[in-house]
Amino acid sequence: MVLYFSQREIVVPGQLLAKGPYKPGNNVFNVGQNIYSTVVGLAELKNNTINVIPLKRTYVPSPGDLVIGKIINVGVTSWQVDIASPYTAILQASDAFLKPIDVTKEDLRKYFDVGDYIIAKVLTFDRTRDPLLTVKEAGCGRIDKGVVVEINPSKVPRIIGRKGSMISLIKSKLNVEIVVGKNGRIWVYSKNPKAEEFTVRIIKKIEREAHISGLTNRIKKMLEEVRLSE
Amino acid sequence: MSSSRISIRKEQRPPKLIDEEGRRVDGRRPDELRPVKIEVGVLKNADGSAYIELGRNKIIAAVYGPKELHPKHLALPDRAVLYCRYHMVPFSVMERKSPAPSRREIELSKVIREALEPALFLEYFPRTEIDLFIEVLQADGGTRTAGITAASVALADAGIPMRDLVAAIAVGKVEGQIVLDLCDIEDKYGEGDMPVAMMPSLGQITLLQADGVYTPEEVKKALELAKKGIMKIYEVQREALKKKYIELKKEVEEEYDKK
Repeated sequence: MVLYFSQREIVVPGQLLAKGPYKPGNNVFNVGQNIYSTVVGLAELKNNTINVIPLKRTYVPSPGDLVIGKIINVGVTSWQVDIASPYTAILQASDAFLKPIDVTKEDLRKYFDVGDYIIAKVLTFDRTRDPLLTVKEAGCGRIDKGVVVEINPSKVPRIIGRKGSMISLIKSKLNVEIVVGKNGRIWVYSKNPKAEEFTVRIIKKIEREAHISGLTNRIKKMLEEVRLSE
Repeated sequence: MSSSRISIRKEQRPPKLIDEEGRRVDGRRPDELRPVKIEVGVLKNADGSAYIELGRNKIIAAVYGPKELHPKHLALPDRAVLYCRYHMVPFSVMERKSPAPSRREIELSKVIREALEPALFLEYFPRTEIDLFIEVLQADGGTRTAGITAASVALADAGIPMRDLVAAIAVGKVEGQIVLDLCDIEDKYGEGDMPVAMMPSLGQITLLQADGVYTPEEVKKALELAKKGIMKIYEVQREALKKKYIELKKEVEEEYDKK
């Protein structure tokens, strides 16, 4: 049982992290009892499991994920949605309305048009076909106010914080609405445009400094110092 | 480059490549590398990028993806496609090189792709494409190996899961001696060139080419020498990848301390 890293140390692909009966967790692989990192990230040992938190990641959809997508094409019975992933998602008309509509009479453009942003949930994805989305659930649908910011999906857990601490801190201090998509797109809305702008700056700061300890304190300080006039 | 080196022609007597003291044309010992420098994240548009200087070689590598592959029928159902382009810019050599991909560049693109593929977890991203561009800005022998070295750093910078970084270097035979990291003149007038790429911490070779004639002992010695050089380059690669984040950390901490 030997560990070759200190907690939350920056490691690179191929770096030997440990030898012995540790469990390989996320973003590591093992050759026998040797555990190696597969990405540039922060190494962590938790309950005998070795994980690496990546500093950059590609979003691969998973059923149940809340994502923010952009309509890129409108078909007769479905929409094509860009979800900031190598896989373009499909939103079928049957997954968009609570009551069935007659697609022979109606134009889907009326509901979501090219360029619209939507909040949606991933229904299915098995990597052999494009992911399917649904907007039937609560909180889903077209975004018609506020702004959408894009960050790397590897930083999403930092935006949310432990048990949602970071996001609720920002929400309560600035009185803004925030929806974080698993794909790294974040919707921000406030009646006060200055608060909206400031929230975007905070999100960008968290993305940049996510791997540096004391992040919550720095964000708290930033929130205390700001004066937003209505 | 001094003018005496430029004027060397094939029909002339080949230059003296190793002097009485055992020094090579650029003053190195037989087991000495040229100075290596690697920088990470030099391009804003790319998902990952790296710049390498190995002696007078200057090479940029850029990675885009994984992204949706077009045309779709080229997609593989079980893994990502790695598209690789090795290219020398027209001003990278003394005599203008045509910008169109030559036979040599097309072959090297394939060879580099095959040297990197074993290191990548391509099966994590089925039906997608990863684009890799290697542009040689200035060439001085050993561009394919320096290209592989830079490319693997760029792939790691892009966040693509890898088994290991791939580090590469050429060894060769010059005036009967096995030497490390051939420069252009040694490559042209020496007796052999052997590019080697490895995944160092796994101890696996992903590329081994050779021209020239070697005895079995010479091959053994050459591989050992290559491994020594690769370990040094590997260390530079790892430092370069970490440096990007450590510098940002310092910057942020200083900024915070000021307040």
